[in-house]
Amino acid sequence: MAQVSIRVNGRVRKGDVEPRLLLAHFLREHLNLTGTHVGCDTSQCGACTVLIDGRSAKSCTIFAVQADGCDVTTIEGLARDGQLHPLQEGFWEEHGLQCGYCTPGMIMSAVDLLNDNPTPSERDIREGIAGNFCRCTGYQHIVNAIQYAANKAARK
Amino acid sequence: MVTPVLPKLVGQRVKRREDPRLIQGRGTYVDDIKIAGMQHLAFKRSDVAHGRIRAIDTRAAEAMEGVEAVFTGAQIAELLAPMPIGTSFPSPPHRALAVDVVRYGGEPVAVVVARDRYVARDAADAIAIDYEILPAVVDPELAMTGKPAILHPEFENNVALPPLPNGTGVSRDGKTVDDSAIDKAFAEAEVVISQRMVNHRVVPNTMEPRGVVAHYEPGKESMTIWSSTQAPHILKTMIAAMTGLGQHQVRAIAPEVGGGFGAKINIYGEDYVAAAISKRLGIPVKWVEDRSEAFVATTHGRDLIAYVDLAAKRDGRVLGLKMRLIADVGAYNMLLTAAIPTLTMMMASATYDIPAIRATLTEVFTNKTPTDAYRGAGRPEATYFVERAMDMLARELKMDPADVRRKNFIRPDKFPFTTQTGAVYDSGNYEAALDRALEAANWKQLKGARDAARAEGRLVGLGLSMYVEVCGFGPSSGMATGGWEHAQVTVERDGRITAVTGVSPHGQGNETTFAQMLADQFGVPLEHITIHHGDTAVVKQGIGTFGSRSQAVGGTALHLAGARVKAKMARFAAELLEAHEEDLVFESGTIFVRGAPAAAKTFAEVAAYAYVPVPLPEGLEPGLSEEAFFEPSNMTYPFGCHIAMLEIDRETGEPRLLKFVAVDDAGNLINPLIVEGQIHGGLAQGIGQALIEETVYDQSGQLLTGSFLDYALPRATDFPRFELHNTVTPTPLNPFGAKGIGEAGTLGSTPAVVCAAVDALSELGVKHIDMMLRPEKLWRIIGTPPAPAHGGRA
Repeated sequence: MAQVSIRVNGRVRKGDVEPRLLLAHFLREHLNLTGTHVGCDTSQCGACTVLIDGRSAKSCTIFAVQADGCDVTTIEGLARDGQLHPLQEGFWEEHGLQCGYCTPGMIMSAVDLLNDNPTPSERDIREGIAGNFCRCTGYQHIVNAIQYAANKAARK
Repeated sequence: MVTPVLPKLVGQRVKRREDPRLIQGRGTYVDDIKIAGMQHLAFKRSDVAHGRIRAIDTRAAEAMEGVEAVFTGAQIAELLAPMPIGTSFPSPPHRALAVDVVRYGGEPVAVVVARDRYVARDAADAIAIDYEILPAVVDPELAMTGKPAILHPEFENNVALPPLPNGTGVSRDGKTVDDSAIDKAFAEAEVVISQRMVNHRVVPNTMEPRGVVAHYEPGKESMTIWSSTQAPHILKTMIAAMTGLGQHQVRAIAPEVGGGFGAKINIYGEDYVAAAISKRLGIPVKWVEDRSEAFVATTHGRDLIAYVDLAAKRDGRVLGLKMRLIADVGAYNMLLTAAIPTLTMMMASATYDIPAIRATLTEVFTNKTPTDAYRGAGRPEATYFVERAMDMLARELKMDPADVRRKNFIRPDKFPFTTQTGAVYDSGNYEAALDRALEAANWKQLKGARDAARAEGRLVGLGLSMYVEVCGFGPSSGMATGGWEHAQVTVERDGRITAVTGVSPHGQGNETTFAQMLADQFGVPLEHITIHHGDTAVVKQGIGTFGSRSQAVGGTALHLAGARVKAKMARFAAELLEAHEEDLVFESGTIFVRGAPAAAKTFAEVAAYAYVPVPLPEGLEPGLSEEAFFEPSNMTYPFGCHIAMLEIDRETGEPRLLKFVAVDDAGNLINPLIVEGQIHGGLAQGIGQALIEETVYDQSGQLLTGSFLDYALPRATDFPRFELHNTVTPTPLNPFGAKGIGEAGTLGSTPAVVCAAVDALSELGVKHIDMMLRPEKLWRIIGTPPAPAHGGRA
């Protein structure tokens, strides 16, 4: 067993974990943050995407011990003071989700995408979320949702 | 009292009520469920496609710390009856866990119960199985020769279903066959198109893999089972039957379900095994599929070969169609496996008035994962075969592909129209959809653009496909489960409305669309309505969500239940207002006598009286809760026209979709925003099959595309922006005139893309290409085009 101390959604969380425990399972099983989903076992689908020190990362590809000392943001930590994040708002406004399973990871990837490029073209968005699978939407409404968030930020 | 369907929220782009929880990570999927004392299952699966089990050694697994129990197939067979199916077709014996013989790679053989999923996986890996490896067969046409393998000795030559005829001259029971009409059609033909086509196997790949939590409580003698399912009531029925419990002792819950696409209708061996183990050990158990496991353990879709012959006059008029189908159903029949390809036969007439049709279907066992429903389930296959044949006819006759179709449409005044294969189309205006698509795509200009690109040496093509879909399954005569749907509507004591529906949405947004309907029906705000689904303890009866039936069947049941409550509420309100119920108006959460809104009673006031009825009006029972079962008289038949423009890179063979225009007619729409989402998703799966997705087995039966590393699931970069348009032809079969849209996108899109690719390569003499359109396959065709005299290549 190894000791980890990870700041998750602004709060330091400590745990005794097996060295092989994936970060995704640490979040889900130890911290009960089940908004981070696991959709594959080969790091293709992106459903488990979280932010580690501000950058998007697939939490099924990282052991919890590797995230020791890091700052992790999950979908549960995105809304602030009861206010939805502009991306969450965009996904709701533009019908960017159906079954909702890919959605947390898709939103977390989009956070990083907009941090890098606040005014993305449609092509930029499609390339930016190419690491995240969605089987329901055909992606078009997801693209619209990310554009919504980008436009909202640009208006400010 | 007649309840008009007023166009208030119905027809509006209302934002989904499901979304706030899902965008904040607050949905509860099966894997999010935790119960004190819960143990975890892991399955040991066959790593050979066909083999006889000589020995299973579970000692190392049992000795591991944290392992509660290990069960082999033989031990599970003592707890569970053989796997049931949901059709009347002949079916070989099938055990939830294989007992003597494994027949596909990934078939479960043993199961571990352990403290957590890591330990369970370790222990499953530690189980040693000695197989006598048997020859495997993966090609259905080879399998039909009985070589090199026989899967089930009672099915000669691996034929699961001997040739079953349908169409002109075939009696209803399929026992007598008169060939004269179909022979005459081909004798009179001036041109005959003949082509073997393959509609290849795809993997459904819901983003949430399957999962189950089974919790048998010995003290209560009752079972609660959570499963990622499209049909919790079917699950409840089957779990009860398989575990020896009564249906009154089983509660099935579909919590948040992360996609289904048909693959989560089936009740799987893992569901039964989890229930049986929970009952045996008296503890809750959970199993969640890994993705790589899902590739072999969850049913696949499609996998049909068709030999198509189309007889026509030189003016483009179709005289007859022969379609000989061979369905590769994989190793076993699952719940609906055998029935799915019969829908391909049924839809052989497509949108055309074809005077003579002969379809025959043979189903074949191979050493592959079983097939079952996948979005569209039989209808996309029919659409693909017929539309490709129509396209080949147009090319042969040098006609515009739109013109040859127009020449053969079923005319709008001929509905309801009974096809030669027995489908009764409710309503349609195919020419209107075609014209709308040609106009929206600017067909003439598009052809000019294509020709200009070709003049530059580019390989650009246009493809067009009509489709007609079957939705709203369906009368009980065609469904072993019953084809109705159930609903209950309650006006609570405070005037708010709780409704339950027997359909079980998993992304379709029925919590929103059904609330829109009820809001209009009762004249109350959307926020005053809650829709419950998916829990058999709350939803007394139901069938589930599949076959694009939620709105046409489930929505209608809800509307009927709502009308009953509203009528009763009007009687209570009439007492309070000293008026006749026919004179009452329901508006903005109040009820008043027409012309006298000032004296309105609120819903809360009327409900308070209904639940404490002093005095109780004569002939009324207290309370405001009613239910309804709706049995549809037939299925509905939405339709449309899809157009694709595609370019193939001459150097690399890589196809790129430049433009996609879809016209869909689903009748009246409840929520156009949600409808668009459904169409987009269907298009992505249909285009994905044509361009991106392929399921590849090697000759030994190993699945080579067994993970997301190998199986190409479409990404956002694979699609252009879809251009959506619609026409509106309501169905006469339900009060909303709504037909259904869940699966339609997969029908026209696949042939439209393939037609465009063939058009792009037509200068090379290509007449047909089998999917999927791998760059390497196209590159080889570009490098060595077929000799003009020989025509098409596969």
